[in-house]
Order: sequence, then structure tokens, then C-alpha cells
Amino acid sequence: MSKILIVDDEPNIVMTLEYALKKKGFEVFIARDGDEAIELIKTIEPNLVLLDIMMPKVDGFEVLEFVKSDKQFNQTKVIFVSAKNKASDVEKGIQLGASDYLTKPFSVKKLTEKIEHILK
Amino acid sequence: MVNSPYVYALGLAVYCSAWTYYGSVGAAARTGPQFLTIYLGPVLAAPLWIIILTRVVKISKSYNVASIADFISLRYGNNRALGALVTLICAASIIPYISLQLKALSETFQLVTSGSTEISHNNWLEDTSFYIALSLALFVTFFGTLSLDASKNKKGIMFSIAFESILKLLFFLIIGIYVTFYLFNGTGDIYCQAEDIIKVKSLEGLSEITSGINWFFNIALSFLAIFLLPRQFQTSVIEYANKKQISKAMWVFPLYLLLFNIFVIFIAWAGIILLGDNVNYDYLTILIPMSQGNNTLAVMVFLGGLSSVISMVVVSTLALSTMLSNNLIIPYGFLGKFSGEKAPKNEKTIKNIRRIAVFSSIALAYGLYAGIGTDVPLFDIGLISFLIIAQLAPSFFFGLFWNRGSSKGAIIGIIIGFAVIMYTYLWPFIAIEILENPILLTPSLFGVEFLHPHYIMGIDYLTPMTHALYLSLLMNCCVYLYFSLFFKGNYRERNYGEVFVNADDLDENSDTSLVWDGKAYMEDIQSILVRFLGEKRTKRAVTIFRKRYKISEDEILADARFINFSEKLLTGAVGSASAKILIAKVANEKPVSLPNVLKILQESKEAFSSSKLFESQSIELRKLTEELRKANEALIFQDKQKDNFLDTVAHELKTPITSIYASAEILQEDTEVPQEIRQQFLNNILADAKRLTRLINDILDLEKLASGREKLDIQKMDISKTIESAIPSFDAIKLRRNLKINRLTIDSYEIEHDREKITQVLTNIISNALKFIQNKVGEISISGKIDKSTASYRIEIADNGPGIPQQDVPFVFDKFYQSQDQTLKKPKGSGFGLAISKQIIEIHNGKINVDKLYSAGTKIVIEIPLKKDKYE
Repeated sequence: MSKILIVDDEPNIVMTLEYALKKKGFEVFIARDGDEAIELIKTIEPNLVLLDIMMPKVDGFEVLEFVKSDKQFNQTKVIFVSAKNKASDVEKGIQLGASDYLTKPFSVKKLTEKIEHILK
Repeated sequence: MVNSPYVYALGLAVYCSAWTYYGSVGAAARTGPQFLTIYLGPVLAAPLWIIILTRVVKISKSYNVASIADFISLRYGNNRALGALVTLICAASIIPYISLQLKALSETFQLVTSGSTEISHNNWLEDTSFYIALSLALFVTFFGTLSLDASKNKKGIMFSIAFESILKLLFFLIIGIYVTFYLFNGTGDIYCQAEDIIKVKSLEGLSEITSGINWFFNIALSFLAIFLLPRQFQTSVIEYANKKQISKAMWVFPLYLLLFNIFVIFIAWAGIILLGDNVNYDYLTILIPMSQGNNTLAVMVFLGGLSSVISMVVVSTLALSTMLSNNLIIPYGFLGKFSGEKAPKNEKTIKNIRRIAVFSSIALAYGLYAGIGTDVPLFDIGLISFLIIAQLAPSFFFGLFWNRGSSKGAIIGIIIGFAVIMYTYLWPFIAIEILENPILLTPSLFGVEFLHPHYIMGIDYLTPMTHALYLSLLMNCCVYLYFSLFFKGNYRERNYGEVFVNADDLDENSDTSLVWDGKAYMEDIQSILVRFLGEKRTKRAVTIFRKRYKISEDEILADARFINFSEKLLTGAVGSASAKILIAKVANEKPVSLPNVLKILQESKEAFSSSKLFESQSIELRKLTEELRKANEALIFQDKQKDNFLDTVAHELKTPITSIYASAEILQEDTEVPQEIRQQFLNNILADAKRLTRLINDILDLEKLASGREKLDIQKMDISKTIESAIPSFDAIKLRRNLKINRLTIDSYEIEHDREKITQVLTNIISNALKFIQNKVGEISISGKIDKSTASYRIEIADNGPGIPQQDVPFVFDKFYQSQDQTLKKPKGSGFGLAISKQIIEIHNGKINVDKLYSAGTKIVIEIPLKKDKYE
């Protein structure tokens, strides 16, 4: 059973994702900012991280950089889920090594499909 | 301290030598107040220092001038012969003067030690003055010649001269007061008693027109001497350090002379009254206390005289030795030798030449003293010295203000002037005073009466002194002017003529003010510099030069600037004439024609002014660039802020929409959502819709406020009621979280304001505070006071929360600002609260700030003006 880490500081959004992913049978963990995310990645070693970008303190890009810099988490997939929809941000995210970049608002259905596809 | 203007002014008082100390009193006793002329000249000259001395100093500092001989020879194109001539004139002036000092010193020494009023002449080996002269000579020889560059200040010497000046004045005033007020009952008493014995009336002053003329010439003589005496040139020009010194000396020095002369005439009269006319009047200052049995006072007077002698001899021989070595001995004998030697050896040789020069001038002075009898009054010898030095006046003063003066005129003028003195004064003086054989004078030259030395052309109403001065200066000037007008000087002297006359524009660091046309190699010139300055100094100087004019290391040909630069450097060490010769040896110099000189001078002047213009323009330009850069930075900053703002707006708008979108999608797609979660999702949708609404309203509010489209409902109302009205809405939360909201003093005052908006501001701030304070212990205090100092109403809202991080303080009133430190839970709010509050307060012409000094939490301070002129 794949582990998914949801990183977002908006509880209402987290709630919907958590419900939808659990229903699909994933093991779901939640972090509310970048720091917490890094801690959880180290301890639970998730298969995939759903990562918001605009968060207080450590932002999403920095979390991804951490993941990619450590060999241990090389295989961890990351999908950005962000309100930032400028082409430059999307490009940056993909270049840093994200598997996908979804802009808010997103369709939960499409997101879960993407996750299932990536984790196959 | 050593650069103090007072030290400088007192250093000038080296003017007052033993001649002043003893000779003035003697002269006053013999001929009345005529001695005063010697001091009136300098007093009259002092106001002119600001023009003349300032100019001389400027030129001298620019060209490393080390003596008056250097100065004059530089003016006339580094003329070697002129420099040597001036040196000889100076020597002729100084050496009798030094012998006068030795005479005074040894005679007063005898008086003080023997206790008798008689002065005897001993064999030179038994003569105390021989040993005095010897020790003086040794002292100066080793003390004054320590540094090679004679153009540099010798601060230690200046300081000790200043000290000695104070000493001699003090002792002289003491003896004056002692005589006038202790031995007599004041000045009136002396005058009355003197009237009976001598014909005071005849001593009082000008009896007829001829004595007026004599006075005039005597004053002129001392006027010239204060500029030209080598020791005065040394103290006033070479030892000059800063601008303040001249302006201070302009009044301190005349004051000093005044103080020195107050008692002279009274001491003289008192001496005549007390001692009769059988004593040497020159030493009345010592004889009076001795006759009263007051030997302590006599010794004190002697010490004052001694210090005046020492400073005079030290400075004079120092100046003389520099001139002798730099302007006479080196250029005429040693230059060839130097060219082949190494620097340390050259330096040593030069120093030794100076030492020998010092020593031999004092020795010569002693010889002269031994030759002259004891009977020659001090005053007369001093005048000879002045008379000789006055011959430099035409070349010095004309040279400063007239660009056509030529070296030929200067040289011939000085020679003729000196010859006139020889004939009209020195020879008769020697014949009468030393050889004591007046017959040598009569019948005068070729037996022609109108050529009598003292009455040439029948002028018989002048004293021999003024007669000689008048005639010598007249001839000197005429010859100078004639040769200058009819024989053009070479390009070099015309060139320096321009520099001297236009010295006010002289840039002290400029090497371009001189014209030079020729070919020389940097290497050759450097090798000369090395010989006199040493490897290290030369290297440093050349590096500075290359940097200043941005000349590359590869440049092998020297240009005019380098030639001038090197000459200046060498001038300090060997004098300007020698420097020129040394450089000329390696430089293949071509004469420059006058039009060429004028053209280049004009160009350099233009270059100077255009470079000034350029400089001011470039400063303008730099300012402008700086402003542009700042404006650009501000724009970039604003742009970035706008970017951030849009990002934030997008984020803030999309977040609730995302939540609504996702929740609604799940509810729609998934029919199996448990009731509990379904309810939660519906609640979330509602809350987020509300959040969205609030956000949009806030954005619109802010936009309206900022653009001025929102009209405030301004009314004159009691502001305390407004503040009170903001508080009750928090009652519920206060109770729930067990917090305290304290009302402190809230002054009543009628202020024009929009009650609803101010309430909104207060609500915003209190809600903010509530987000950060802790349950149970949290406390918020609100106060409102009239602040008379700023004429405003001051509302303070303080909490005991964590406070705003220092780095965040400048941004808290920005749109969307939310503290970076909110880690755990994001406080609710659009991020517009404080920005809207700020806008509202600003429309009220007020201010809203964070009190940075408040450390117990956060304190927001709102100031609203008590009277508001106009609402926008």
C-alpha cells in the first residue's frame, strides 16, 4: 500500500484530499508546512508527496530540493498542487524534478487518476 | 601643538634678537625714540602678509623652496648665478649680525660674571665669547642639519624658538616693570626726572621734516627686512604649516613687538638718570639692576638675552647653511661628483657641506667680532645687516608682481645696490668705527665733494644710514627695471615669472604649470633621483607620479610634468639651481619661444578650468545616475511587490475556491460519503464561500479607500465614545477564552472622524491581537489620550502576546502581510486588515505605527490630529 504525504496549510483542502485518497486505499499522512513535510518524509518515506508551494517558512520548492538532494528519497514522486499558475513556476517545478504540476483549483478525480498512474 | 598658530607667530619673534634686547635701549638712550622704526616696519608689514606672505608660501611649498636664495633664483628661471649672489648677500648680512649677537652675549656675560661695569677685551683664548661661539657653532652644526630635505619643517626648532620668545619677552617686561615701578614711581616720574638731566624734548620725536624723512626710510628698512631676512624667511615661509598661522600671526606678532617696546624708552631714561653717561648704553638693562645690587635680576636679563641670541643664531645659520650648500657650494663644485655616487653617500656629503657651512659662518662671525672694537654700538651693526639684505627687495617684490622682471636685471641690480652700500656706508663705517681713521674719508673719492660717501650729490639732510638705503635702493631698482625692460629673459624665467605672478591660481599638486620642451628618458632622470633621495623614496615618488597622471610603466620618455616633478623633488635636497642643472644634464632641452610659453600656459589654464567644469558636470551626472538608480530600484521593488501581490491575491482567492471545488466534486461523485463527513464538507463549502466574500469585500474596500472613491462620513464627535464602541463586540470571545480587555484612561475629545471606520480600525487591531495572545493569561489594554506635543489624539492598543519580530515591523501594514512566524496555525484573516486600517487613518491625516520600544508584546499607536484642516 503506497504512502502519500499531503503538504498544505489549508485544512479544508487537506480534508478533501485525505478523504479521496484514503478511499482509493492509500495510506495518507498530513503536513501543514515545509518543515513538517521534511520531517515526515524522513520518518515515513512516502511514495508520493502532494506539495503546495506557497507556505510559511520553507516553501514547496525547497521541500522538493531537499527530496532530490538526498539519495534515499530519489524515488519519491512529487506532484505540485499550487495556486501559482505562471508558466515560469510550472517550468521551475518540473525542472526541479516534480512528476507533475497541478494548479488550484483542481479536480479531485483527475488528481487521484494521476496519482494512480504515477505510482503504477 | 607644534603646528599651532601661536607657535608660528612666536617663531616670527626670532626677529627680536639681542639687538632688540640690548641695542634698542642703547639707541633710545643715545638718540631717542628712533629705535621704534625697527618695529614699526614689521607692524606695517603684518597686514600685507595676507597678500604677500600667502603668495610666497604657496609658491615655496609648491616648489620645495628651502631658502630665500632658492626662492629668488627659482623666480628667475632657477638661475644659478643669482642664487649664489643672493646667498652671498645673505651671508654678508647674517655674519655681521651673528657677530653682533656674539658681542652682546660675551659682553653681557662679562658684566654679569665680573660684577664690574667695565668691559675688557681679552686674548681670544681667555675670552669667554670664544667658547660661547664654539659651543653655539657645535650645537647648530649637529642640531639643525639632521634632515636632508631643507624645505621640510623643523618643528622642534620652531617650538623651542617660540618658547624662547616667551622667555625673552617675559624677562624684558619684568625688568621694565622693575625699573619703572620699583625704582621709579611710574613713567611720569621718569619723564620728569629725565627732563632735568637730558634734553628730553629733542628725543621726543620729529623736530623737522628731514627727521621725518629719516624716520620714513628707517621704517621702510625694517619693513623690507621682515620679508627678506633669511631667518624671517625660514620661520615665516619654510616653517609655515597651515593657513590659520598667517592670520593669527598678523595680530599676535605686532602685539608682541608692542609689548617688547613699551618700556624701552623708560629703561633708557632711567639708565641715564641713575648711571650718568659713563656707561655703555647698550647694556643698561643689565647695568641698572646691578647698580641696585639686584644681581638675580641682572642674571635673569642675561638669560633673556641668551635665549634671544640662541634662537637668532640657530635659525640664521640654519638658513645660511642651506643656502651656502644648495645655492653656492653644490651647484658650483660638487654636482659632478654627486652624479657618480650612491644616495647615502650623497646625503652624507650634503649634510657635511651644510655642517661645515654652519660652523664656518659662526667662526667667521666670531672673527669679525674679534676684529671690531667694543665701542661700536649694537644698533649700528644691526642696521648694516638690514641695509645689505634690503638689496634683495627689488628682485623679490618686483618678481612677485611683475612677470617681466629678468635675471639679468636682478643680478646687476643687486650688485649695483651692494656696491652703493659699500661706498656710501660700509667703507665709511669701517674707516670710522673700526680703523678709527676718518681721514680715509676726506677728501672723498677723487677729491670731488659731491661724491662724499655720506652726501652724494649734496644730499646732506639724511643720516648716513638712510642716505645709503635711499641711494642703493634707487640704483638697484633703476638697474633692475632697465635690464628687465630692455633685455628679455630666457623662456625659463619668463615661465617662472608667469607662475609667480599668477601664484593665486597655482595648484600645489600640479606639475603642468611649467613649460618644457625637450627629450629625456625616465630612466636617466630616475637614476638622478635615486642618487639624492635613495631607491625607496624615488620608487615611491615615481609610483605616485605615474598614478597621478596615469602614465604606464612602459613609457620610457619623460614629459614636462615628470621633469618638473623631479626638479621639485631635487630642489628640496640640493636647491633649485642645482636641481635644474642635474636634470638638464640628462635631458636634451630645447629652448621654448615666448609665444609657445604663453600658448602652453593658456592651454593649461583652459585645461584647468575645463577640467573644473568637467568635474562639476560629472558630479551632476553622478548625482543624476544615482537618482536614476534609486528610482529604478524603487520601480523594480514595486514591480516585485505587485508580482507578489498578484500571487498572493491569486493564492488567497483560489484557496477557498479550491476547497469548495474539491468538496463539491466529492459530494457529487461519491454517493457513499458518510453523513458526518458530508456535513463537514458542506460546512467547509459555506465557510469558504464566506471567506471568499469577505476577501473580495476587503479588496474592494481597500481599492475604494486608496483611490479616494470611498467617501468617509466625517463628523465632529467624541472620540472616546468611538473607542468604547469597538470593545463590546469582543465580550463573547473574551469570556470564552478567559482573556482580559482593559480600558485604561480614555480622554473625551471632540474630533472630526468617521465613527464607523475608526471602529473598524480598532476592531481590526484588537482581532489581530486576539490571534496572538494566549488563553487565560492574554491581556489587551486600550487607552486614548490627548497628546499636546503633537496636537493629536493618541490611541494605544497593547497586548502581551509574542510581539512582532523586529524584521517584520516595517511590513505589518502592507497588504497581505502575515507574519512569517505563524507556523502552526494560520490565523484567520484576509491579510488586508492592517492595510485597510492604515488607509483609513491616513485619510484622517493621522498615523498608525508599531511602538518599537514596547517589549512586553505588541503596541499599536494611532495618532489622529485634533484639528483636521481638510479631508480628501
